[in-house]
Amino acid sequence: MLDAMPADTPEEAPQDARRRWMSVLARAAADELETSLAATGGAPLYQRLRGPESGLVMVRGRAGGGGAAFNLGEMTVTRCTVRTETGQVGHAYIAGRDTRQAELAAVLDALLQDPARGDALRTSVIAPLAAEQAARRAKVAQKAAATKVQFFAMRNMRTS
Amino acid sequence: MTGGMPIDVTLPGFADPVGQAQASFRAVLDAMARPGTLVQVGEGLVPPAPLDPATGAVLLTLVDHETSVWLDTASAAAHDWIAFHCGAGFTDVSPQADFALALALPDLTTLSPGTHEQPETAATLILQVGSLTEGMRYRLRGPGLRATNTLAVSGLPADFVEIWQRNRAGFPRGVDLVLCAGTTLAALPRSVTVEAD
Repeated sequence: MLDAMPADTPEEAPQDARRRWMSVLARAAADELETSLAATGGAPLYQRLRGPESGLVMVRGRAGGGGAAFNLGEMTVTRCTVRTETGQVGHAYIAGRDTRQAELAAVLDALLQDPARGDALRTSVIAPLAAEQAARRAKVAQKAAATKVQFFAMRNMRTS
Repeated sequence: MTGGMPIDVTLPGFADPVGQAQASFRAVLDAMARPGTLVQVGEGLVPPAPLDPATGAVLLTLVDHETSVWLDTASAAAHDWIAFHCGAGFTDVSPQADFALALALPDLTTLSPGTHEQPETAATLILQVGSLTEGMRYRLRGPGLRATNTLAVSGLPADFVEIWQRNRAGFPRGVDLVLCAGTTLAALPRSVTVEAD
């Protein structure tokens, strides 16, 4: 739901900005993250506080928005928490079991909170990744839209 | 997670979460089964001050999101580390705690002794003491011990024998005690009888 999110403006609450970049990082492949990190000054020295480790989380759903929550199924999630030498703690939760992606995403999350490097990374890493992911999603949506059946039109065809 | 201060963690937990937690669990199990026996636990773990490695290892092993923990004021500095690595719920009300962490023996009657129907719901007190090789000597007797066992502890109050007698009197209700010092651990389950040696 990235395109529905508000723009990354300075007035945006810090938590919302962080939520946005964490969601972009969680959707980016490990290679993409590694390339962007290397292109923007490389990884800092950091310590792993937890993980990267894989586990299962129960995804819960609610039919129609009003019913009782039910268990939809379990999905594999990998998480990682790191602390950089400048004291920022970065977290990452990603779908799947790519531990390298989780670790890189956590390092980038920590760097994005660093006042010295955060702004540069937001424009050089997060913005291009977000644009690419939005384009990918738009392409899929376009393909799906092309095969959409117009039930309304079919009824009109028969009756006319 | 709503409201409150963000938690600040500077130190990792177990390097090998599964293996080390299993080894620590076995150590606590052995210590509980043979009251007063010293077991080694938490080697290589660096918990935050004021916790010792053994204390940190016991917390990482036993405490999780399904248990609630009560901290005494001296151990409050470790709150964030426990919250992050154990995912524990905390309680300010000691009778509701499943686990109590303390650096000095609190009043045992303020901790939950369980009920006659469900004695397993009693609290477990994790007490960090100065040493388990020096100090006051106690003679232990009870299930798990063929003869008597002796345990030296520095850091327990002078009237500990009387305190423990009162805790023992309500059996099967009562508090279990895990003593930690450095990387050493000993346990006093509620079934054990303690006398001064």
